Amino acid sequence: MAIKSMKPDRTTPLFGWLLSLIAWGFFFWLARFIRPVASGKTFLFSFSWAPSIGVDLSFYIDGLSLIFALLISGIGGLIFIYAGSYLSGKPLRGRFFLFLIAFMLSMLGLVMADNLILLFGFWELTSITSFFLIGFDHEKEESRSSAMQALIVTGAGGLCLLAGAILLAMVGGTPSLSELMTRGEMVRSHGLYLPILILILIGAATKSAQFPFHFWLPNAMAAPTPVSAYLHSATMVKAGVYLAARVNPILGTTPQWEYLVTGMGFVTMIIAAYLVLISSDLKRILAYSTVAALGLFMMLIGMGTAVALKAMILYLMAHAFYKAALFMIAGIIYHETGIRDAQGLGGLWRIMPITGIAALLALLSKSGIPPFVTFIGKEMVFEATLDSALSLLLTAGVFFVSVSFVVAAFLVGFGPFFKKMPDYGKKIHEVSFSFWIGPMVLSVLGIFWGIFNDRTGRWFVSPAASAIFGDEVNVHLALWHGVDIKLLLSGAAILLGILLYALWGRPFRRMIGWGEDRRWFGPEWGYGMLLDFIRMLSRWGGRILQNGLLHYYILFVIIGAIGIIGLPLLELNIKSLFLKGQSGTFYEIGLVIILLAGILQVVFSGSRIISIVGLGVVGYGMALLFLLFSAPDLAMTQFAIETLSVILLVLVILHIPRLTHHSSRLSRRVDAFFALSIGALITILVLMTAGLPEMGSVGSYFAENSYIKAHGRNVVNVILVDFRSFDTLGEITVLSVAAMGVYSLLRLRQEEKKR
Amino acid sequence: MTFLLAVATGALYAGGFYLMMRRSLFKMIMGVVLMGHAANLLIFTLGGLVRGLPPYIAEGQKHLGEHFADPLPQALILTAIVIGFGVNAFGVVLIRRVHESVKTGDLDEMIETDSPEELLK
Repeated sequence: MAIKSMKPDRTTPLFGWLLSLIAWGFFFWLARFIRPVASGKTFLFSFSWAPSIGVDLSFYIDGLSLIFALLISGIGGLIFIYAGSYLSGKPLRGRFFLFLIAFMLSMLGLVMADNLILLFGFWELTSITSFFLIGFDHEKEESRSSAMQALIVTGAGGLCLLAGAILLAMVGGTPSLSELMTRGEMVRSHGLYLPILILILIGAATKSAQFPFHFWLPNAMAAPTPVSAYLHSATMVKAGVYLAARVNPILGTTPQWEYLVTGMGFVTMIIAAYLVLISSDLKRILAYSTVAALGLFMMLIGMGTAVALKAMILYLMAHAFYKAALFMIAGIIYHETGIRDAQGLGGLWRIMPITGIAALLALLSKSGIPPFVTFIGKEMVFEATLDSALSLLLTAGVFFVSVSFVVAAFLVGFGPFFKKMPDYGKKIHEVSFSFWIGPMVLSVLGIFWGIFNDRTGRWFVSPAASAIFGDEVNVHLALWHGVDIKLLLSGAAILLGILLYALWGRPFRRMIGWGEDRRWFGPEWGYGMLLDFIRMLSRWGGRILQNGLLHYYILFVIIGAIGIIGLPLLELNIKSLFLKGQSGTFYEIGLVIILLAGILQVVFSGSRIISIVGLGVVGYGMALLFLLFSAPDLAMTQFAIETLSVILLVLVILHIPRLTHHSSRLSRRVDAFFALSIGALITILVLMTAGLPEMGSVGSYFAENSYIKAHGRNVVNVILVDFRSFDTLGEITVLSVAAMGVYSLLRLRQEEKKR
Repeated sequence: MTFLLAVATGALYAGGFYLMMRRSLFKMIMGVVLMGHAANLLIFTLGGLVRGLPPYIAEGQKHLGEHFADPLPQALILTAIVIGFGVNAFGVVLIRRVHESVKTGDLDEMIETDSPEELLK
């Protein structure tokens, strides 16, 4: 979305700088922990929150959480500065920054949470903020559906994680991760180990875009580029990797763990590395190479050896730097040229040399060229795979991924700057300082860590790897190990990558077509089918249940009531009920018969006036019943009201349509059957309830106090106007509202007639 | 007598439900009225049937004697009768108005919330 800004917007970049201070605050607060943590200390901050369900606001800082928190806050600071420039002049940028800050805080909470349930809460918050950020360009259909897809996939994974976390807390006897780490043996030998492992791994796999859930990440590139750089490469997608690393001391080291995690990582890595080669959209290339890197990290965690974990941490750091930098550079290119396709770009070196330098540095870092820290990382990855049981397969896989990374690095960092310049059709400028500072700092840091590799090792890699390994891991990094097979592999990967890049245009263009056409055939196709199926199901259910026909709604309510209340009564001895109750006098029996006749008249009469008369019979019958059974007040009220009702009905009868049979004979019979069933059910219920021993009525209180406290002899009246007078006030209000309604309905008609 | 009143209550409910399931607007309202009676009779029967002993404190007494009709269900039903009338009156006027507007008494023809265009003129 290249925006042609009408006038330069100077406030937004400034705003970005200001907001980055929040991130820097966290960063420097966290930086104070580097030395103590490196010397083996851990910190636990705990605040009571919901102790009854075992959820506390407890935060745990050790080597692993510290390195993640530093990456989140540090890169976050640079992202805010970058986003200020990227979004200047665009609408709704305030909302964007709000979501971005909310995301950063959730992510920091996630990596520092000690309580499993708290971790889940932050986990979901990152999913939700990610949803809003992906769907930021909410006017585009693509953004909305991508956001929804990411939310559904990561949200479903989050639910699995919750189930796994609850099981884990039950089995381990505590929701605290730091305590669980000391009880790994107990959890691993428990019968629920495998379900816990699978549930938590599904959570990690959806978040970190592991196969077969990887498809949401490339689609999430619909988000503005600062989001892609921050959430979808440097931080959020690493949450799954973090989780797997975090639970390694608890769930790791078993054969199941090794097969599942290593296998998942390996397959993801290979598929994504292949997809990198057949993509041509800059952001998509970077997204797939991120998926490949995430697969690599998972694989290394699954292998679980000290060397593999050291390699993972080192590579993860390096990846966060160069990938965020490359994303930001792709964003700059897109922002300036409006083009995201690698085939349509070139010649930018002369126009934007500073961005070009940052791009070159990021390219070298991603390719793994000394003295960049990635070089050391890649050597260690090869060392880890060569040591493993399946050395040939894993090493070949990592080699293929390295080649793919080199191609991706050149596609993004080299092609747009050094290929022949196409006609852009507009003037392109170098971007401002706050635009390029972010990628530049991150790219330069890649060299920095490589040169000061001793400190990198002691301060960051060793404490983090120890936290994952569950035991002390010593790290001695060096740029030069002498010529051995690792160096040869690294070198060969770089050369082959450059060769492939040189050939990229011709042989791969056909493959791009192949890849884009066949994209439906994969997990995303399954996702689409599942979603369509659920939509179809709900449409069908909606048509059946919410058909707008009152008849069916009532019928369903009746059938439901009979099913829920009636079925348990099937065992009841009905006979015993009929014997209940004292016999009535002849006039009482006669009255009930008249009442029943009235009901029949109302129901079956084909004439409006006769059914109104029937209704009157029923009403007066009710009044007489009240009179016979000691309720004179009710009888008087009923007489008065019934008279009014009948008068009202007769008054409007002329305006009511004549009665005709609308429904079929069958439908009437079915309705009659269910109506009689529910009537019978209610009769049985009344007989059962009336047979119960009296529970002690509230009525006796009124009987005792009516005269003493309220000085009234008619207890019913006293209840209405004294003890429960507010109820009566409410009743009066209802009546007046109804009266106003009646009046306005009649009035409306008159005015229409006048017109 | 409880048995007979239980049957009457059941009959009122059956009639009320049957009428409410009809497609005719008028019958539907009649069903609602019958249901109101049914609910009142249900509460009245469940409150216990007592002949000739209304909850009225005789002159010279401070409270009710040992046997009396429970005043509480009566108070509830009294409220229900009055409110029921309010609802029924509104309903009756409403069906008249609806019939004038949509020119039909068939509920199944009223499933669209949007009124046909000629009615808006």
